[in-house]
Amino acid sequence: MAIPQLLVHNKSDNVGVVVVENLKAGDEMFCVVTEDNSDFTLVVKQDVPIGHKVALADLTKGDTIVKYGEDIGRVIAPLATGDHVHVHNLKTKRW
Amino acid sequence: MLANSTFMGYRRENGRVGIRNYVAILPLDDISNAACEAVANNIQGTVGLPHAYGRLQFGEDLDLHFRTMIGTGSNPNVAACVVIGIEPIWTQQVVDGIAATGKPVAGFAIEKHGDITTIAEASRKAKEFVHWATERQREECDIADLWVSTKCGESDTTSGIGSNPTVGNMYDKLIPMGICGVFGETSELTGAEHLCAERAATAEIGEKFMKTFQAYQDDVIEAHKTTDLSDSQPTKGNIEGGLSTIEEKAFGNLEKIGRNVSFIDVLGPAEEPTKGAGLYFMDSSSAAAECVTLMAAGGFVVHAFPTGQGNIIGNPILPVVKITANPRTMRTMSEHIDVDVTGILTRELTMDQAGDKLIDMIIKTSNGRMTAAEALGHKEFVMTKLYRSA
Repeated sequence: MAIPQLLVHNKSDNVGVVVVENLKAGDEMFCVVTEDNSDFTLVVKQDVPIGHKVALADLTKGDTIVKYGEDIGRVIAPLATGDHVHVHNLKTKRW
Repeated sequence: MLANSTFMGYRRENGRVGIRNYVAILPLDDISNAACEAVANNIQGTVGLPHAYGRLQFGEDLDLHFRTMIGTGSNPNVAACVVIGIEPIWTQQVVDGIAATGKPVAGFAIEKHGDITTIAEASRKAKEFVHWATERQREECDIADLWVSTKCGESDTTSGIGSNPTVGNMYDKLIPMGICGVFGETSELTGAEHLCAERAATAEIGEKFMKTFQAYQDDVIEAHKTTDLSDSQPTKGNIEGGLSTIEEKAFGNLEKIGRNVSFIDVLGPAEEPTKGAGLYFMDSSSAAAECVTLMAAGGFVVHAFPTGQGNIIGNPILPVVKITANPRTMRTMSEHIDVDVTGILTRELTMDQAGDKLIDMIIKTSNGRMTAAEALGHKEFVMTKLYRSA
């Protein structure tokens, strides 16, 4: 299997994690879902550092971000598929 | 690999097995640090354990102080222990607690003697203990004699994908072989507490966990927070590494307990497990040095520490084995890493192989191999304090 640029924990996740350095806006990523080894491709919209997340779907304010098949917080600014997801558009529902 | 299920350890008087053979010089309180450091400097083969507390504490906080002191001296990685305190009564209380293990221990109080006389007398005793300790021999021990703790640090998203599940895989394999394991970090389970509670062996233990979790939320977080804590949890390092929320961090954190094992009890901070082999949860801070110090005081002898961005922590009596899956950390900070599992990200290393790699390093470490943190001199001994002193 080719070396993936993006890993997704769970089928139901709407974000994946960049696992390579030097990923650039416009790059087509080979993406693997670790749960079942299924794969797909996705174009990343910004330069995203290793370890950071990318949206797998278009999302609006108030939507829930799902990773590990679980709720990891709420969207605070609209997101398009392929966008960098981090503290500028995702916030905790706790504390 | 698991055919190699023995290691060479030091069997102590109470039957527990250590993987190191320290003579600890333990200060009861902050003002006895100078004398302890002088003794540790005088006598080679000793390790001084200076810390910041021990005066005017009371109630639950004082109980935790004593439990941590006694637990540290009682740890099987410590062959013998010298305790120095300002006053004789509390000093003796720690000596008596450690003596219950059967190991050699002696106490010295500074009042009515002064530092210089105390240092001279304690140094003579420490020298005697070093000769005695270095006559002990390693012997073949079953892997079931290992107590393996875990806590992660400077986590990032690669921790949840790679290094944390590597630790989980290790527990899935070693807990059934009879080891004791422990995980903690109460506040860093926020968002994943329901999944954690489901991993308790019984509904009763799950309720005990939820009670402990909720008490930390109410008494520590809610009582003192001024913001939603996004500035502290996740840490700046976590955020740099791609973690955005405490919930995301928590689900990654929980990967450390594997898929199959259940935890069989909830321990207070620095509390020793008493229900035999199995996985335990310990109520603890998520700050690395505090948590690892509590686990060492609970009697654990080797620690599995997964990191993403590269936490460099060590402990003076508990060898800390570092694991990372982050290739940038491996490239820029490799001197801090014992187990490289970056192959999980490239899909060249399976989780099963990664777990075996960690077990192999745990055995090597138990046989005497120094960890990266030991070689680099990391000795972070940090007491947990629950509230202000009287």
